[in-house]
Amino acid sequence: MIRFLIVLVIFVMCGASGEIAITHGMKRVGEPEALRPRELLSFLRRALTSGWFWTGVPLMALSFYLLMVLLSWEPISLVIPASALSYVVGTLGAKYILKEDVSPLRWVGVLLVCIGVAIVTAG
Amino acid sequence: MSHEHRLRIKTLLMVCLMVFCANVGDVLLKRGMSKIGAVQLSPSGLLHAFKLTITSGTIWLAILFLIGFTLTNMTVLSWADYSYVMPAGAFGYAVVTLVAVLVLGETVTAVRWFGVGLICAGVILVGQTRPRTTAPVGSLTP
Repeated sequence: MIRFLIVLVIFVMCGASGEIAITHGMKRVGEPEALRPRELLSFLRRALTSGWFWTGVPLMALSFYLLMVLLSWEPISLVIPASALSYVVGTLGAKYILKEDVSPLRWVGVLLVCIGVAIVTAG
Repeated sequence: MSHEHRLRIKTLLMVCLMVFCANVGDVLLKRGMSKIGAVQLSPSGLLHAFKLTITSGTIWLAILFLIGFTLTNMTVLSWADYSYVMPAGAFGYAVVTLVAVLVLGETVTAVRWFGVGLICAGVILVGQTRPRTTAPVGSLTP
């Protein structure tokens, strides 16, 4: 069980930090000037040359690999609900690393989503 | 229309598109892999599954939708908060449950409906907050 918990923590941390790196990269790239094919292609070109994007991708790939490892050890009804912790860890990362203003209302919403996802995936 | 209102509508539309692409992609992937059957974990079995995978139109369509999900996710994160987009994306669980009941005629337990209710309530609460709370990003490495 300790082995499962350690890998679960690494899996959640890798997934959240990968998403946070990509989010930071996209914020630095800046939003497309308009949602038209030309502007979206230009945005994509800039996004794919972002160092933060390419920092996030391997972290997310590692997270995916660790999910496969966890699924090979424990039943899916335990692994997937436990992975709902990502919502809380991701929000903590958004608050302390990305400096987003996470209001109490947003926290309540995130916690409800986290518990809801755990229940839906377990049931 | 105020800037805040426009931002909210733009974010909502992009999150809906993101959820749509992810769910359709997952369903197509599941359908494509079911057609291929259980993959044998031997070199010849893996090679056989690989050949079937790359020649499956359903799998390629699934990949197209999953690329669509990645692109919409990247685009919406270029202006909206991660702590706003991430929980809002969980709305997909509610959509999948509704599709399972209304389209596929599956039975869903009361506990699962309770979970869907919590997700919807959570997404509505997050939706009441401002989609973007940060200023444009300065320089940080890399």
